[in-house]
Amino acid sequence: MLAITGLTHTYTGGHTALDGLDLTVPDGQLLSIVGPSGCGKSTLLRCIAGLIRPTGGTLEMDGAPVDGVPDDLAVVFQDYSRSLFPWLTVRDNVAMPLRRRGGSRAERRAAADEALESVGLHDAARKYPWQLSGGMQQRVSIARALAYRPSLMLMDEPFGSVDAQTREDLEDLVLGVHRTGKMTILLVTHDIDESVYVGDRVVVLNRSPARVHADIPVGLPASRDQIETRGLPEFVRLRAEVGRLVRGGARVPGAAPADGLPADRGPDADGQAETGAG
Amino acid sequence: MTARRILLGAAGAVVVVGALEAVSRAGLVDETSLPPASTVLKEAGKLAMDREFLVDVGATVREWLLGLLLAVLAAVPLGVLLGSVPLLGTASRALVELCRPVPSVALIPLATLLFSSPAQTNMSLIFYACLWPILVNTLYALRDVDPVAKDTLRAFGFSAPAVLWRVSLPSAAPFIATGVRIAASVALVVLISTELLVGGDNGIGIYLTETQQGGGRTDLMLAGACWAGVLGLLANTALTALERVAFRWHAARVEGIA
Ligand SMILES: Nc1ncnc2c1ncn2[C@@H]1O[C@H](COP(=O)(O)OP(=O)(O)O)[C@@H](O)[C@H]1O
Ligand SMILES: [Mg+2]
Repeated sequence: MLAITGLTHTYTGGHTALDGLDLTVPDGQLLSIVGPSGCGKSTLLRCIAGLIRPTGGTLEMDGAPVDGVPDDLAVVFQDYSRSLFPWLTVRDNVAMPLRRRGGSRAERRAAADEALESVGLHDAARKYPWQLSGGMQQRVSIARALAYRPSLMLMDEPFGSVDAQTREDLEDLVLGVHRTGKMTILLVTHDIDESVYVGDRVVVLNRSPARVHADIPVGLPASRDQIETRGLPEFVRLRAEVGRLVRGGARVPGAAPADGLPADRGPDADGQAETGAG
Repeated sequence: MTARRILLGAAGAVVVVGALEAVSRAGLVDETSLPPASTVLKEAGKLAMDREFLVDVGATVREWLLGLLLAVLAAVPLGVLLGSVPLLGTASRALVELCRPVPSVALIPLATLLFSSPAQTNMSLIFYACLWPILVNTLYALRDVDPVAKDTLRAFGFSAPAVLWRVSLPSAAPFIATGVRIAASVALVVLISTELLVGGDNGIGIYLTETQQGGGRTDLMLAGACWAGVLGLLANTALTALERVAFRWHAARVEGIA
């Protein structure tokens, strides 16, 4: 279980990106995180990954405080092209983290090829990242995380530059991996449909500095289907609810209350949605 | 593209040689102080078979490579250290910026005092001259490694030395190589200057001095200078080609951006 309490981060420039964020993620959950752009989603993931030391608050993994990079972690970075190594082939990029796992060179390569196959890139194994399109590079960085078989995977807008069809395939791939691999996944997205479709639960952050604006359990059946699930009344209801919450969080710059009620400012749509989220 | 460039380069050389030839033949300058280009080239051709001259070239090349090698061995690790430990980098910055512009030729008197043999003097001066381009390139290349690339391996649990070895060094390597190439050109200039000024037993600079003894043979001096130029050109071409092969990813990326 990942337990985040009072997480606060102020960048050296003085900008406060996170302000007292509380979040608990049980093992094996697939949590979608949505929020307006610039609200602090990437900062949150970087704090959890131990890449930046938060200026306040605590992070605990299974009851033990984490200081630094948690064990068995994989991160899919938003800047996928900068996160791939141009001097290595696609296969070697995917195989690189597996050095931490031991195993022979041949085993690492086989695991890399398997992961590339799963994202539909087996043909690109011997190419270099800069020879691929943006969407393909993004899939390489997803394959790299999957090949590592982490127990915690952080994905920062991982499907941002792939086409709609590939996006759906990758969403289903993540769902499949999650179901069989029992890993905890935190997936940041700005796509409201996607957050509901892949998530066991959706957390909406409010405008910077980020706090948890709403926390919505997703009561959809575990096995999901792009056409069927998206047609379910529950899906439609959740999508509308998350959409209203995201928009509400975006509309009140700086002062969006996580504990105070928007109702103070009058009976608007946000107030109803938030009460609904309970 | 490359064929065109080679052709154009050759054409340029032919035009200049022709013009020099014409100037000399027309009697615009004294033929002994500026011999015709054809004479110089003929002498240069003969020098290629001259045992004594080849010994001189060998001595120069040996000191050149040794001095450069020593500088690489010292400057790269030092640059890596200063570039990856911010505290040391900041602390050394003023010193580096102060020492870097000191021309090595200005240190000849000091070097002759410190070292007894001319070979040691030469190599110490080459070492000094080469240290800075390599050190500064290494230092800045390490400082400018993409933080996202480093974070990627850190997040997979790699230690700081592993990140240095697997990300920072490979991504800094093309810039380090450029530093070495610049240093190689600088070193040749410095070496021949010190040979001219300090003297010694063998070396292209020594040969150039000898051509001026007893009457003076400007044609031989210019022929020797031609070979010094050829050495510089060869080194630069070889290193550029090596960089292009070894760091294809870098060139491809830069072209992609441009
Ligand atoms: N390294 C940094 N230094 C200073 N401010 C930063 C830095 N990184 C991000 N920020 C600021 O923190 C806020 C949150 O950024 P980020 O976490 O990237 O948002 P998101 O991922 O939700 O779009 C933004 O206002 C951004 O400008
Ligand atoms: Mg972001």
